[in-house]
Amino acid sequence: MTPAVETAGLGKRYGNRWALSDCTLSIPPARVVGLVGPNGAGKTTLLSLAVGLLSPTSGSINVLGAEPASTARQMSRVGFVAQDTPLYSNLSIADHLQLGAHLNPGWDNHLAQGRLERLDLDLGQPAGSLSGGQRAQVALTLAIAKHPELLILDEPVARLDPLARREFLQVLMETVAEEQVSVVLSSHLVADLERVCDYLVVLVASLVQVDGEIEKLRASHFRLTGPRRDPGSLPKNQRVIEASHTDRQTTLLVCTEEPILDPAWTVEPIRLEDLVLAYMRQAREARTAPLLRQS
Amino acid sequence: MIEFHLDTGSGVSPYLQIVHQVRQALRLGLLSEGDQLPTVKEVVARLAINPNTVLKAYRELEHDELVAGRPGIGTFVTRTLSDAPMAQLGPLRHDLQRWLGKARLAGLDDESIEALFVDTFRASTEEGVA
Repeated sequence: MTPAVETAGLGKRYGNRWALSDCTLSIPPARVVGLVGPNGAGKTTLLSLAVGLLSPTSGSINVLGAEPASTARQMSRVGFVAQDTPLYSNLSIADHLQLGAHLNPGWDNHLAQGRLERLDLDLGQPAGSLSGGQRAQVALTLAIAKHPELLILDEPVARLDPLARREFLQVLMETVAEEQVSVVLSSHLVADLERVCDYLVVLVASLVQVDGEIEKLRASHFRLTGPRRDPGSLPKNQRVIEASHTDRQTTLLVCTEEPILDPAWTVEPIRLEDLVLAYMRQAREARTAPLLRQS
Repeated sequence: MIEFHLDTGSGVSPYLQIVHQVRQALRLGLLSEGDQLPTVKEVVARLAINPNTVLKAYRELEHDELVAGRPGIGTFVTRTLSDAPMAQLGPLRHDLQRWLGKARLAGLDDESIEALFVDTFRASTEEGVA
């Protein structure tokens, strides 16, 4: 299957600062993919490149097998909700729908109006008077009504209150249930991603630290606690992501496909958020102290 | 009909939480043969979770032959789990109550009792596996 997004050595430079450099990744289709990483990891740049709002300084990016925004057809295949869900504040919601209908050959006005009516929105209302939650819902509706094959959302819920956030994700998940749409969603809110995503990509400083099906990540990562010992003495098939010690206790986060048999360990499942944080910390330490890692 | 809930802080994967909740409802008699489970769309709309999570949970329940999907209609319970007759549960519960009484007399607080139980339970399951 053609990847939803595929990049090779992708880079974007602003002046002499690289917002994204030498980024190589492949995001599978027919998934809800969560993209996480610290601020400055290049997530927004990557997503802006994927929808063709930016063009690469180096390397290549393909979206659904084609160059981003290269043709009108390609643009109609990808729906986008940008950070902070911007709308034209002087235009009414109805104007936005009209604009959508003009710009998109596959526009489904019935679907758009149906959704907005369910949200109890007055279509004559200027977009500038909407609450953050309403604006996000309208932006999502506009992205969905073109029946895209891929929906890209850049931190769509970051500024919403918990209720608006939940409602936004409900609509998004209903859409996934009803339509054959791939989704790539960036967010800092791992608990949200845990609900809605089935695939995770952790990006730190343009590098993919971990990517995979969330169920598989969950089934292969464990927290081990036990009497103090050297993590180097672990079986080969247990990869240590993070280790901490007190004078008598050792706590490890390990990745392994095999069962953990050593009875000295108390083995616990790990929350997705802790897993993400551990990989982010590991990446940061590897960057600040590269020599320590060579052993 | 039952409603699912999701505890994202628990570390238990969402699909397993749904499986557990169905099994629990079957065990407690909240669901019995012929009852319909919420449709995937209903669960998704209520919990804001990935539809594949619900599908995966229902597939596992189907695999365990607890439910069966009828295409275009929904998923229905085919068997209950409350097989153990109450006559058996009664004496076991009685034994456990006596044990709890002894534990409290020995000065254990609730947390210590729970820890002891979980630890013993785990150790005996591990012996069973080995």
